[in-house]
Amino acid sequence: MKCIRAWFLRITGIVPSQRRELDFSNELASHLQMHIDDNLRAGMTPEQARREAHIKLGGLEQTKQAHREGRTIPFLETLLQDLRYALRQLHRSPGFTITAVLMLSLGIGASVAIFAFVDAALLKPLPYADPNGLVDVAEHGRSFPRSNLSYLDYEDWKHLNKVFSSLDVYTGGGYLYRTPSGVEPVRAARVSDGFFRTLGVRPLLGRDFYSGEDQPNAPATVLLSYSTWQQRFGGRGDIVGQTISLDEAPTTVIGVLPKDFQFAPRGAAEFWTTTHQRSNCEKRRSCHNLFAVGRLKEGVSVKSALADMTAIAKQLEIQYPGSNRDQGAYIAPLSELIVRDIRPILLTLLAGAGLLLLIACINVASLLLVRSEGRRRELAVRGALGASTSRLVRQFITEGIVLVSAGVLSGLAVGYGAMQILLHLISKDMMANMPYLQELGFNLHVFSFAAIIALSAIVIFSLTPVFRLPAAGLREALNDSDRGSSGTIWRRFGSNLVVLELTIAVILLVAAGLLGKSFYRLLHVDLSFQPDHLAHIQVDIPRASYDKDEKLAIVAKKILDRVTSLPGVTSATTTSVPPVSCNCNTDWIRIVGHPFHGEHNEVNEREVSPNYLKTLQAGLVSGRFFTAQDDSSKPNVIVINKAFAQKYFSGEDPLGKKIGDGDLTPKSIREIVGVVDDIRESELDTEIWPAEYQPSAQSPSAYYSLLVRTTQDEKALLPILSAAVHEVDPGIGVSQAATMNQRIADSQTAYLHRSSAWLVGGFAALALLLGVVGLYGVISYSVSQRTREIGVRMALGAARGSVYRLVLGEAGRLTFIGIVAGILCSIAAATLLRKLLFGTRAWDLPTLVGVALLLALAALLASFIPARRAASINPVEALRAE
Amino acid sequence: MGDKTDVWQGTLTLMVLKTLESMGPLHGYGIARRIEQTSGDLLSLNYGTLYPALLRLEQEGAIASEWGVSDNNRKAKFYSLTRAGRRQLHQETRSWEQTTAIVARFLSTEEQS
Repeated sequence: MKCIRAWFLRITGIVPSQRRELDFSNELASHLQMHIDDNLRAGMTPEQARREAHIKLGGLEQTKQAHREGRTIPFLETLLQDLRYALRQLHRSPGFTITAVLMLSLGIGASVAIFAFVDAALLKPLPYADPNGLVDVAEHGRSFPRSNLSYLDYEDWKHLNKVFSSLDVYTGGGYLYRTPSGVEPVRAARVSDGFFRTLGVRPLLGRDFYSGEDQPNAPATVLLSYSTWQQRFGGRGDIVGQTISLDEAPTTVIGVLPKDFQFAPRGAAEFWTTTHQRSNCEKRRSCHNLFAVGRLKEGVSVKSALADMTAIAKQLEIQYPGSNRDQGAYIAPLSELIVRDIRPILLTLLAGAGLLLLIACINVASLLLVRSEGRRRELAVRGALGASTSRLVRQFITEGIVLVSAGVLSGLAVGYGAMQILLHLISKDMMANMPYLQELGFNLHVFSFAAIIALSAIVIFSLTPVFRLPAAGLREALNDSDRGSSGTIWRRFGSNLVVLELTIAVILLVAAGLLGKSFYRLLHVDLSFQPDHLAHIQVDIPRASYDKDEKLAIVAKKILDRVTSLPGVTSATTTSVPPVSCNCNTDWIRIVGHPFHGEHNEVNEREVSPNYLKTLQAGLVSGRFFTAQDDSSKPNVIVINKAFAQKYFSGEDPLGKKIGDGDLTPKSIREIVGVVDDIRESELDTEIWPAEYQPSAQSPSAYYSLLVRTTQDEKALLPILSAAVHEVDPGIGVSQAATMNQRIADSQTAYLHRSSAWLVGGFAALALLLGVVGLYGVISYSVSQRTREIGVRMALGAARGSVYRLVLGEAGRLTFIGIVAGILCSIAAATLLRKLLFGTRAWDLPTLVGVALLLALAALLASFIPARRAASINPVEALRAE
Repeated sequence: MGDKTDVWQGTLTLMVLKTLESMGPLHGYGIARRIEQTSGDLLSLNYGTLYPALLRLEQEGAIASEWGVSDNNRKAKFYSLTRAGRRQLHQETRSWEQTTAIVARFLSTEEQS
């Protein structure tokens, strides 16, 4: 209690008070007076009495100082003094202050913004109960390290395993949702009954799926995502228990998922239903369409779970050799599935931002160094007047703290702005895949990160000038009239800093160059079709009204005829999966007459209409493509791509050959009638797989893509296209209207490459700017230091050309070292970047040479200005100046 | 100086409080003289060190100060014990007695062995 009172008084005592000072000096005066009176009474002479009283007191000023310090907290008082002094110093050189704070806020802002992304994506645990116990479970095929799980395999895995306390599956899906204004295709997910219990998620409203609700005899029920509940049902509380129409089937809403629920693999799903209605695929063991989430039993590791599941898979392989050959198990932490793609990019960006911050710090540090050179005299004077070294050091630390605080505060503001901008740049579809980014923002992690940056920056900035403190050479510093030795430490130390800056700038530039080149390569990858003037929409035919294959074939023809008659349209086609999607929807084939041992020959399978080649403007290599005559009444035919021909018919003519399923079931046998170019069905950055094209008329489907070639603007065609399909039947669902070029540019591969190239490019541009500014600062400071020397040289007859050589030579030396070191480091750094590169080697020569030239040119420009200033020095004035 | 000062300051506080208790309100010079006299002139006190101790006691609320007039008609600042000061004095007296008793006992056993 009394301690608090005393501290409080001392803190208020920081405000200097004239009254208290006067009060104490009166008290001391009266003390001395009384003492002198006593001494006089004791018979001393007045002089003696005075002397004795002062001696006994122990010094008037010391006592006053001790009392003064007792009135307040001495450390705090000097701190305030230092702070005032620091602010005055910074205020006196606004150019330095603004530059330093600007650089710091740029560096800190970039780092903080990127760190916030890293935190949201990689550091925060997944929002499920005990997320570390959750694993991603899938099958392991020969061509796919992580392939879908078949429903029948899942049922066996679930019953036979001893490592999971629960194992549940999910898969994507879509429904035609009936609204008062018509039908609308909606994204959905189908899950097994215990899916949400496995994740540890409870509905906000209503109930979870009952156990057994995913069995075929269970009624149709649905859980709504929070945003669907808000947007489609106005957040009404009485939604639970109501019936909605999905694919014309009455479905009961049983609950609403919590607001913060997210499941990245099915991020876009609006409706969550069970797998109670088995799709055709889910009835066959050889068809794979699911993924699973498992919760590990207490104490079971991912490794031992994998061992158990692999053993089960082996057992199934023996039991079902046809469907399960080479089908193993894949198990990894669930977090791995969610952040695998974005992790290398985020880490690269974080490294880039960190390097940028480092450049900014080095720049500010060398500015401080230059300033401390100019303040040598001031420091020497303060030292001579009695300031202790620790007091001078504290002054520097205070200045560092003021500078860094300003930098961190504005840096946080810049970071916040950058985060908002970056978030806005992410498209809605991408955002659905990265729901964890919705949590992005300032939190304890981000603030701690900023605090760590601030602390290290303070240490760097307060230590830099301390190096320059005249330790013993106080007198020399006083005598020294800014000539001779003054620049030596600077030249040894400060100029090395700029080399470091240039090195970092080179690393960032090379990284940006490589990523940019990868992105360029990615966009110019061989598609083997013409993506311009091509429009795409997804068509969803309601099975309720088109229940027969014949009806499907008829409506498909109607749609194609209607669309082809639109003005400007030259041809239209359907395909089960549009080009530039994925190596997916694959088929296991067996070639008639070739040796076969049950292996799974995986090829892409696409059902397309006769105009596929013509619409894509892709080339036929040999044989023929389908015609309208290849329908269900004719024998089955297929067309294969070149990769198929090379892999399975090397040295043979594939035309006329037959293929079928593993058992060569008569129904599955089809004849190869043509070979086409390797049309890019897969993502931009993956290899071309063998592909087979079947006439859609021979296996009609209710869900396919419509591709339309036009001579006019394909973007303007999109709304017309949707309207045309609805003219055929308003009950048909239409979605994903986009031009082919948009689809390619927005594909995840292009998206990730583009964002990393642009962001690292931005960092590199800033780094180049900061590095060149740093070089300019170093060279012009060095010129100003050597004005006299240059003056003498010129007075002794040195030509202007040799002065240029002198200055540019120094700049050239620093730049050269910086570039060489940078190139070496960036080759090392680029090997770390390998995962993000496409079609570009880590030591891509043109990029390295280009960066070296760019930096050399920028450095030449930056040093030309001070060199000109040096060459135009008037020797007479330079010598007279001091 | 280091360690000694602390001990010294502790005892000085106790002496100041005790002096004020027995003498009533008194100015700094008076307190210093009184301490010297009481110690039988064994203690040579640097009068200046008294003032920071007085300041601290005042900040802690153990004593209060007021300007007044001394016996010799000089203006002087008089310090007096507050109620909290009296409590502190009793506490510190007790703990001091305890400490000295322990030390004394400790020293006597040392001698025996």
